[in-house]
Amino acid sequence: MASKGILGRKLGMTQVWDSENRVVPVTVIQAGPCRVVQLKTPERDGYSAVQIAFGDAKPRRLSKPELGHLKAANAEATNHLAEMRVDDLSAYAVGQVITAELFEAGELIDVTGISKGKGFAGVMKRHNFKGQGASHGNHKAHRAPGSIGACATPSRVFKGMKMAGQMGHSKTTTLNLMVVEGDAERGIILVRGAVPGPKGGLVFLRNAVKAGAR
Amino acid sequence: MNRIDMVDRASLRDDIPTFGPGDTVDVYVRVVEGTRERVQKFTGIVIRRQGGGIQETFTVRKVTQGVGVERTFPIHSPIVSKIERITLGDVRRAKLYYLRDRVGRAARVKEKRV
Repeated sequence: MASKGILGRKLGMTQVWDSENRVVPVTVIQAGPCRVVQLKTPERDGYSAVQIAFGDAKPRRLSKPELGHLKAANAEATNHLAEMRVDDLSAYAVGQVITAELFEAGELIDVTGISKGKGFAGVMKRHNFKGQGASHGNHKAHRAPGSIGACATPSRVFKGMKMAGQMGHSKTTTLNLMVVEGDAERGIILVRGAVPGPKGGLVFLRNAVKAGAR
Repeated sequence: MNRIDMVDRASLRDDIPTFGPGDTVDVYVRVVEGTRERVQKFTGIVIRRQGGGIQETFTVRKVTQGVGVERTFPIHSPIVSKIERITLGDVRRAKLYYLRDRVGRAARVKEKRV
């Protein structure tokens, strides 16, 4: 279970040099400041979690209950909220501010975002199918999937069969990315490698939950 | 200013001389051997410059004992300690790949007299 996290915005990718003068591809993330808006406790909510708010929005874009909820934590009006399950709530207090200092260079993190939407995609693009022959009498089936199952037994198509459909624009988490540099002054975190989503997309960073397994 | 440019600015160098395709250059490359570091010179003709900003690279070609050797360096890389232009080349294109197919005198680049 994660113990710390922060919301941010993906700014784009670039490269930096490491100590051995090698090129390191990095994603630049504008992380925080985030404000702790609500603590969920096992007594009241049945589980323990921390809710954090990031960014700002016009107050008239929010409903009064939403504004009241944010005002209780002295947070700015925003529509970017995220919740993180934690074991220990003692490190958090409502109204507390989380900044990019949270992560140090060398730490492993998980980054969650909404992946870039690819629209309604066929099986070749969506599931890396091989497609069919360009010639040998093929008729209008060059990019078709082929057979999707047997005949009278089972006389249905199995659930989860890989077929054409919406690709991308789904919540995606990339595990175990290394923090290359945390620039607290500018509120920027550099993460090695790519993270899900377009430039300007909202991303959630948390300490790696499965790093111990490696 | 763009936030990413701010990140790049820390790695960008400002001591790069002006040079382009066709020029003969000395590239002083830092080589680390165990714990010792020394500088090696690579001399040849620039056959391309590619990319922009922090990602820009250039390729230097030389022929050693009849074997063509090409090295591509990121222009802002810390392993390049110095670049020196020796001669200015008189060329008509940006990418001098045609030099690969030529040997001997034909593989020379005319020098530009200023």
